[in-house]
Amino acid sequence: MLAHESVAASSGWFLDHAFLIPIIPAVAFVIIIFFGKRLPMKGSEVGIASMVASLVLAVGTTVQWVQRVNSVGGEEAGALSKGFFGFTRGLLAGGEAEPYVQPVIRSWTWWSSGNMEFGFGQHIDGLAVMLLLIVTFISTLVQIYSLEYVRGDRRYTHFFASLTLFSAGMLVMVLAENTVQLVLGWEIMGLCSFMLIGHWWEERANSEAALKAFWTVRTGDIGLLVGVAILFGASGTFSIHDTSRWAMDPSTSHTVLLWASVALFIAAIGKSGQFPLHTWLPDAMAGPTPVSSLLHSSTMVVAGVFLVARLYPVFYNGLSIAQDGNTANFIAIIGGITILIAAALAFVQNDIKKVLAYSTVSQLGYMMMGLGVGAWTPAVFHIFTHAFFKCCLFLCAGSVAHSGSHHSFDMKKDMGGLAKKMPITATAWILSTLALCGVPFFSGFFSKDEIIDNAHYQGYTIFWIVGLVGAFMTTAYMTRATYLTFFGTARGAAAGEHHDEHADAHASHDAHATHDAHDDHPVAVHAAHGLDDHGAGAHDDHGHGAHAGPHESPWLITGPIVILAVLAVVSGYINAAPFHIEKFLEWVEPRGSEWAPALEHAVFKWINAVPSIVLVALGFVVSLAICRGLYNSERFPLKGLTQRFAPARAGYAFLANRYYLDALYGAIIKAVAYPISKAAYWVNQHVLDGIVNGVGIGGRKSGEWVYRNVDQRLVDGAVNGSGAAARGTGGALRPLQSGKVNQYGALLFGAAAVVALVLVIVNS
Amino acid sequence: MLVNNFLILGAVLFCIGVYGVIARKNAVMVLMSVELILNSVNLNLLAFSQMNGNVDGHTFALYIIAVAAAEVGVGLAMVLLVYRNRKSIALDELSEMKG
Amino acid sequence: MSAVVLASEIQVAQNIGFGIIAAIMVVGALKVVTSSNVVHAALALVLVLAGAAAQYLLLAAEFVAVTQVLVYVGAVMVLFLFGVMLTRAKLGAETDLNNKHHLLGVPVALLLFGVMVWVLVDGFRDTKLPQGADAEPVSVQQVSDSIFSPYLLPFWALSFVLLAAVIGAIVLARKD
Repeated sequence: MLAHESVAASSGWFLDHAFLIPIIPAVAFVIIIFFGKRLPMKGSEVGIASMVASLVLAVGTTVQWVQRVNSVGGEEAGALSKGFFGFTRGLLAGGEAEPYVQPVIRSWTWWSSGNMEFGFGQHIDGLAVMLLLIVTFISTLVQIYSLEYVRGDRRYTHFFASLTLFSAGMLVMVLAENTVQLVLGWEIMGLCSFMLIGHWWEERANSEAALKAFWTVRTGDIGLLVGVAILFGASGTFSIHDTSRWAMDPSTSHTVLLWASVALFIAAIGKSGQFPLHTWLPDAMAGPTPVSSLLHSSTMVVAGVFLVARLYPVFYNGLSIAQDGNTANFIAIIGGITILIAAALAFVQNDIKKVLAYSTVSQLGYMMMGLGVGAWTPAVFHIFTHAFFKCCLFLCAGSVAHSGSHHSFDMKKDMGGLAKKMPITATAWILSTLALCGVPFFSGFFSKDEIIDNAHYQGYTIFWIVGLVGAFMTTAYMTRATYLTFFGTARGAAAGEHHDEHADAHASHDAHATHDAHDDHPVAVHAAHGLDDHGAGAHDDHGHGAHAGPHESPWLITGPIVILAVLAVVSGYINAAPFHIEKFLEWVEPRGSEWAPALEHAVFKWINAVPSIVLVALGFVVSLAICRGLYNSERFPLKGLTQRFAPARAGYAFLANRYYLDALYGAIIKAVAYPISKAAYWVNQHVLDGIVNGVGIGGRKSGEWVYRNVDQRLVDGAVNGSGAAARGTGGALRPLQSGKVNQYGALLFGAAAVVALVLVIVNS
Repeated sequence: MLVNNFLILGAVLFCIGVYGVIARKNAVMVLMSVELILNSVNLNLLAFSQMNGNVDGHTFALYIIAVAAAEVGVGLAMVLLVYRNRKSIALDELSEMKG
Repeated sequence: MSAVVLASEIQVAQNIGFGIIAAIMVVGALKVVTSSNVVHAALALVLVLAGAAAQYLLLAAEFVAVTQVLVYVGAVMVLFLFGVMLTRAKLGAETDLNNKHHLLGVPVALLLFGVMVWVLVDGFRDTKLPQGADAEPVSVQQVSDSIFSPYLLPFWALSFVLLAAVIGAIVLARKD
C-alpha cells in the first residue's frame, strides 16, 4: 500500500504520523454534523477537543522537526552515515548523504485511473510544520473564543462543524504531498469559507458577501487548476517534492515554468485577496468575528501565500526572482500594488473590522512582495507573526462589539473611550497594533522589516520604497482606528446609549440570532454586571452591555486575546535578526540544492532599519495629530475638508467606493455575460425562428411579388403554385421546432445516420 | 462463429429501437424502445470483448445495465408525474417546448 | 482428429442456436415497437431481453447474462408493468399508440441500418470469434478485478448516478 515508504528510526513518531493532524478535525466534523445536536454542548466540545488533539500532535511534530534539524546540523561537521535519513529516493548521489534536512514524505495511493496514480500523503518540512502549528493553535483559540461569542446562536452546531472542517481543509493543504491533495484542501476551504461567511444568511448582505467571496476565489481557482495541469503535463508528476526538483532542473523549459507560475499566482491572487481580486475580503467581514479572525490570520488568505511558498522553485525560476538583475516581476508588482491600495482604503473605513480587513490585504501584499523579491524566509516569517497579531486584533474587535458597542462595528458611531471600560481588550489591541505597525522589538518589526530590508538588498529599489510607504500608512490607519475605538469621547453605544436600529446601519454587524430572547431578562440582572463579575452564574446575557454600558468581556473571550497578545509581542524573537537569533532560517527554510533555490539574505544592520522606524514614528505622530483634531475639536482646520474641498471629496469618494472596482466588475459581468445571454436569446428568437418563419415569409413575399408582377402576364395557377410551394416550405420547416420529442428523436438519429454515412464515404 | 453475427443482430435491434423511439406516442413504449437500444449496445460490447479476449467489455456492459436500471426508474417516475398532471402520457401532447 | 470434428460440430450447434435465438429476438423486438397492446409489448420485451441473456451466454459472458436476467427481466420489467398499470393504460388493444408521423421512423431506421451493416460487413468481413480452448468463460473474479481496479472511477461515478436516480425518482413520483 505504501507507495513511498520513508519511515526511518530517526524521524520520530510525530513526524511520521503528522498526517493524522488533518484527519482528526475531519472526523470531528462528521461527528458534529451527525451527532452534534444531541451532545451536551451542542458539538462544540468535539470541535475543540479535535483542535486540541491536533495542536498536541502539531507541537510534537514541531519538537521532533527541530530535533531533526539540529541533529543534521550537528552531524554536518562529521561524516554522515549512509541511510541516516529514512528518506532515500535515489537523490543521494554516490551513496553520500547531503547535509540538508530532508522533508518527511509519505504517500499512499489514493486512487488510480489508467496509468495515473493519485496519492494522498504528507510532505513535512519546515514550512509545513510552522503552518501546522499556527493553524492548529489559532483554530483552538478561535474555537474557545467562539464558545462565548456565538453562544445561543441558531446554527451553533453547524458553526462549529464548519469551523472544524475549515481547519481540516487548511491542514490538508498544508500537509499536501502532491498538488491534487493541495487542490482538495484548497477547495474544502473555499466551501467552508462560503458557509461561514454566510453563517447569518437570513440577511441579504451576508449571503451576498458569501457568494461574492466564493465566486471571486473561484475565478482565481481556474488559475490553480490550469497551473496544476501545466505542472503535471510538463513534469509528469503530482508530487510537490518531485515538481520542485523538476523546476530546479536547469534543463526545464523556462516558458513552461513561466506559464505555470502565472497561472498559479492568479489562484493565489484570488485566495489571498491580492489586487485586483481583493474585493471579496472586506465583504467577508459579514461573517461572525471568530470566522474573520480565523480567515484572516492563519487559514484561507494565507493559503495563497502558502501556495507560492510551497511551489517556490516554480515561481523562482519561472519569474526569475532575484536573478539576472531583475528589478520587477509579476508577484512583486501585484504585492506592491496591494500593499498601497489596501492601506489607502483602510483610511476611509468606519467599520473596525473593515479596517482590519484592508490591513490584512495590505499585509498579505507584504508577504507576496517578500516572495516576489526573493525574501522567502522573511515572507514566511511574516505569515507566522501576522497570524498572531492579526488574529488578536480581530478577536479584540469582536470583544469590543460583543461587550462594548452593542454588536456595532462602527467606530465613528458607537465607539470611543473604551480603553477605560475594557482595559484588557484595549491593552491587547494596542500591543498587537504595535506589532502590526512594525514598532521595534515587537514581532511585526522582525518580519516586516526583514522583507523591506531584503527588497533593498536584492536590488528591488521600487519595492523597498513601496514597503516603506506601506509601513507609514499602516501606522497611520492603525493609529486612527485605535484612537477612534479606545480613546477620545465615548459615542453611541459606547456611551451607553441603546439604539434598536443597530441591525440595519452596518453591513457587518454581528447580531445574535437569539438576541431578542435575551432581552427578556430583567434589567436588574444586566445592571448587576459591572466590569469583571461575569463568573457569577448568569452566563447568558454577555454581550448585551448596552443595558449596563460597556464592560469587559468574559474570560472565554479575553483569555484567547491575552494569549495572542503575548505572542504578538514575543513571537518575533524566534527570528530576531537584530539579536542574531535566526532560528527560523535554520528550522523553516528548505535548504537542498536540488529542490529549493539557494537564497541569500540581507544581513541586518540597524542603519537599514532607520528609515522604516522613522516613518512609523512619523505615521503615528501625524495620524494622532489629525485624529485628535478631527474627532475632538470643532475648530480643526482640516475638519470637513472632504465636504469643502472638491479634490479631497473626489479622492474620498474614490476610496470610499473602493476604487469603483466592484462597480467595474459588475459592469464587466454585465457587459460580457448579459450580451451573451441576450445574443443567445436573440439567435433563438430571430435566427432559428427567423429561418423557419423567414422561409415562410420570404416565400410569401416572393409569392406576392410574383403575384404583383407576373400575375398580369402568367396564368393564375402558376402564381398560386409558387405561393403554395413557399408556404409549403415554411410548413415543412416548422415541424423542426414542433416541441414533439419523437420528431426531435427522428432528427437526431437521422442526422447521426447521415453524418456517419458521410464519414464512412469520406474514409473509405 | 463470426463476429458479425452478433454485431448485425445488435444493429437490427438498435434500428428497431430507433424506430420505436420515433414512432411510439405512449411514453412507456418509448422507454421500452430505449431499452432495446441499450441492449443492442451491450451485445456489441460483449462481442468485441470476446473477440479481443479481455474483460473490459463485460465491465462496461454491467455499467450499462446499472445505468439503464436508473434510467428506467427516473423515466417512469417522470412519466407518472406527467400522467398525474395531465391524465395522459401521450408524448405528442407535451409540446410546450415548441419554438 | 476427432477433437476437430467435435469442435466444428459444436460450432454448428452454436450457430444454429444463435440463429434461433436471434430470430426470436428480432421478432420480439418488432412486436415491441408495433404491438397495439401495451402489455403484449412489455411481454415481447421480456422475450427480447431473455434472448439477449442467452446470446451473452454464447459469448461466454455468464455473469453478465445472469445480471441481465436479474436486473432486466426481473426488476426493470416489473417496473415497466407497474408503469403501465399506474398510468391506466387500456389492457386491450389500443389504436392510439403511434404518432401521426410514425412512418417517419422507417426511413430513418433503414438508413441507419444500411450504414451500420455496410460498415460492419466492410470492417469485419469474416473475423471469427475465438472458439474452444480460447473461449474460456469469463469468471466473476476477472470481472470484479476489472471493475475494482482499473475502472474504479467509473464505478464511483456510477454509484453517484444511482444515488441521484434513487433520490430523483422519489422526488418526482411522490404525491404531495
